[in-house]
Order: sequence, then C-alpha cells, then structure tokens
Amino acid sequence: MSKPTEKKGAVQTTGHAWDGDLQEYNNPLPRWWLWGFYATVVFAVVYWLMYPAWPVGNTFTKGFNTITFEVDGEERTTHWNTRALLVRDMQSSPSAVRQREFLEQIAAASYEEILTDADKLAFVRSYAHGIYGDFCAACHQVGGAGIVGLYPNLANDDWLWGGTVERIEETLIQGRLGYMPSYRETLNADQMTDVAVYVLSIAGYEGGDADAIGRGDRIFHGAEGGCFQCHNVGGVGRTSQGAPNLTNNIWQIIDVPNAADHDARVELVKSVLRNGIQRQMPAFADRLSPIEIKVLTAYVHQLGGGQ
Amino acid sequence: MKHETVETNAGLLIILTLAVISVGGLVEIVPLFYINDTIEDVEGVRPYTPLEQRGRDIYVREGCYTCHSQMIRPFRDEMLRYGHYSLAAESQFDHPFQWGSKRTGPDLARVGGKYSNEWQVQHLIDPRSVVPESIMPGYPWLIENDLKYSDIQARLRALRRVGVPYSLNDEEYQANVERFGEETARWLDINRAEENLVAQARAGNYDGNPSRITEMDALVAYLQVLGTMVDFTQYDDGYFVQFR
Repeated sequence: MSKPTEKKGAVQTTGHAWDGDLQEYNNPLPRWWLWGFYATVVFAVVYWLMYPAWPVGNTFTKGFNTITFEVDGEERTTHWNTRALLVRDMQSSPSAVRQREFLEQIAAASYEEILTDADKLAFVRSYAHGIYGDFCAACHQVGGAGIVGLYPNLANDDWLWGGTVERIEETLIQGRLGYMPSYRETLNADQMTDVAVYVLSIAGYEGGDADAIGRGDRIFHGAEGGCFQCHNVGGVGRTSQGAPNLTNNIWQIIDVPNAADHDARVELVKSVLRNGIQRQMPAFADRLSPIEIKVLTAYVHQLGGGQ
Repeated sequence: MKHETVETNAGLLIILTLAVISVGGLVEIVPLFYINDTIEDVEGVRPYTPLEQRGRDIYVREGCYTCHSQMIRPFRDEMLRYGHYSLAAESQFDHPFQWGSKRTGPDLARVGGKYSNEWQVQHLIDPRSVVPESIMPGYPWLIENDLKYSDIQARLRALRRVGVPYSLNDEEYQANVERFGEETARWLDINRAEENLVAQARAGNYDGNPSRITEMDALVAYLQVLGTMVDFTQYDDGYFVQFR
C-alpha cells in the first residue's frame, strides 16, 4: 500500500515470494506480549491442577483445591465447585456470621422483647425490609399502605385477620383466602340499597331515611342477608373470618371517603354486594424459613398497626 | 516443519487444517453426548401440562425472556432473594430453555406461588397499578384473547420428538406412570391434551373469569408452576454438591 519500507533486509521474511516479488515479513512478537502469553500458559496449568477442568471418560479432573462445609453438624469436604462454595458462604461468610448473631438473638427472644428492644427492632427493620420488599411489597406496597380495591393496608390498626403477632404470623405461614359471596342472586336491587344505606349509617355517614336503614338492618341481621354471620352483630367485624369492621371509616375494597355524594357511596357499597369478593394471599411457610417469618411478623407489626 | 513446506503442499495443508478444526469440534460436540450426566437425580420434575405449555408458548411469544431470566445462580445474595439455585434437572423439559443472562426485571425461576393469581393478572394487565416504580409494559390483551388450543396435540407431539416424555401410545403411557405416577401421567397423555387443558383452566380459574379460557389463564398457570416442582426440604444442604 505505502512505499516500500527502508528497513528491507533488516527484518526476516517468511522466505517465499508470490507473483514474482510479493514477500511476507516475519516480525517477532513484542517481548512483553510473548512473556504475557507464557504467563497465561503457566496460569492455565496451575488452574487445571487446582480446579475442575478436563473431562475424562464419564467424569472429569476435580483438582486439588477443596471446600469444607457442614451438614447437620458433620463436616464434609469436596473438590472445589460453586455449589459447595455457596454452602460454605451461607454458613461462614463474614456477613452471614454477623447476620446469624442477630438472627439467633431474634430466634431466642419473644415478640415482646423484639418490639421493645431498640437494637433488635433496628435489625428487624433493616433485615425484613429486603424480605418485605421482595415478597410483600408487590401487593401491600412499600410502606404497607396497600391498594384500595386490591390489597389490604398493613400500616393502620384495622385488621381483616387480626393484628396481634400471633395472627400476623399465622397469616404469613398459611396464607389467607378472603371471601364474600355475591348477593346478585339473593337480594334484589332495592334490598341492596337498603343494606348499603344501613352499612353506611353504621360507618357514620348520614343520609337515607330511617325506614331504609331499618330494613337494611333487618336484612343484615336476618336470614335474608346473613351479613352478621361474618361481619358480626352491629358490623364490628370478625377477624377469624377475615371480615372487616364496618363501623369505622376505613374502606379496603371501595373508596367511600372520596365518593362525591351519598348516592355515589350507596352505589359503591352495592357494587361490593353485587360482585362479592375473592382475594387470596399466598402461604409462605414453604418459601420463608421460620426465622424469616418471625422477623417479617415483627416488621409488619411495627409498620403502624400492630395490636 | 517449515512454514514453506506447509504452505506449498496442498494435501498436507488440508490434513493439518482438519486436525486443528477437529480439536475445536471435539471440545464442543463430545460433551453433548454426556449431557444427561449433568442432570441431577431429583424427584418431582415433570413436563408441563398442556395449559402450562401453552402459557410457556405465550411467555416466549411476548418476549418475556428479553427482560426476565429463569436461572438462580449459586450465590448467597441470589439465594436469599430468590430461593434455592436452579438445577439443570428443573429445565430438562424446556425447549428452548429460558435461562437467560440479562435481567431487566427480576429472575422468574421460582416465581410460582410467590404471588396470588389475582396479583399476576392485575400486574400483567397494568404493572404500575401494583408496582409503581415498575418499567414493565402492560399485556392487557392476554385477558381479552381467547386461548387457541386446537393445535395443542401437534405442539406436544413436536416436543415429544425432541425427547419430552409426552405419551402417544399405551406403552409410553405406562412408562410415564412408572416414572411420574399415575396422576401426572394422565396430564402428559397427548390424546387427552385438549380435555386436560380445559379441565385445568376450569379448575384453576387463573384469570378470575370461569366462563372463558384466555391466554391469561395459560400464562398465569405457567408462571405459578415455575420452580415449584422440586421439594427442596427433602434434600440436605450438601446433596446437590455431588453433581458438580
């Protein structure tokens, strides 16, 4: 391409010529590169000796490097591999050891101690925050506020299934099935209006005439509606059924407080009566260890509404 | 041997070229003959049911794999977040596997049972309605589209051709009964694929609408089975080390 180099003759050629005079230089590789290459060869040989490397028949060379870990208090040593490395990491990496120190304290402590001890509570907040973020926040949201219409609020003191540590733990372990039947077939539109007016009246909303409230009351507490069987007499709720307290102004399914007027509120309540509710929280007993569930229980309890 | 000897002797050049290339070929091809040795001896892993398999097809169609991997690596941080690391055995019936090496979204290898069906449906329709910071696009058409399953038998037959033990005749069925148990074997019978698919969709009601079988039913059924087949409590901490 360019002019013939002036060093011609100083550098070796490969020794053959094409097309009369076309020759190929045979420049030596730079020394630093060559030594670098030899170093990688030496490294490879050491690596083959230390780590699993070459397939041989149905097995492979396992290398001299070993990893020792514990299974049920018994030491096991195997050739180096990532799975054994992980088992050892889970048992004895510095962060695992530091965490275990706290986790053992938590395991030994009662919930009352955990929730009143500043150190333990600080650990719970930081450790469970990650678990909560991955397993719970998808539904209950990062701060525990939930989503009206979809997932319950964990940050207030209104609990569907009970807000004591025992009940929260039970919820985490076995999951929950929230169910309210649809009254589409059972009640006609007027009856639904009566029940809605009654429900709003016990929640503190004025509107609707006394007759309608009375009729709604009778359906609520009678065989026709049977609402009291889950929501309890007077609508104060029953946590064993996951039935919410209807006498406060906290609404999980419908956004009553932001409704425009009383008619809109009635329509909202009627929509629940018509459609019923079916919600599921998965069980976490198989997914989280008992200690993780304990930390998570304490975390949920301290979000704001623990009882 | 001199450079010139090789370059000026075509026969020798061909022989030496073949010798060099065959080293690369052997290194890549020979391990494939021993691939079954790398699959862990573990109980519970079965091929997908017809409905799950259709869900998997939709998973691939929608390109979920471009953002979600299905492989939990054996690192402490991944184990703490996602659960037990993935086993080769768990994707032995996947064609193609969905391991992946890029995570824009979280790994899905053990997403089964982690969230409720309702959450999965809500999240697939509009991810930001439940996870405000999510950048995942919505897939609202899944709940609109009826699931096409008239070709389910052909799909399973194709998988059978590449080695997935769906049964086509009585002999294969009996082999499945022996390998997976009677209940699972029934799900893997190609001749009953359509009724199995319908039955699972009806019983599971994954999309919350029992009157229709939608693509959402299939996809959620698939997501809910991911990573749930192996019961890890029956193996001790060191059990899977022996396979490496």
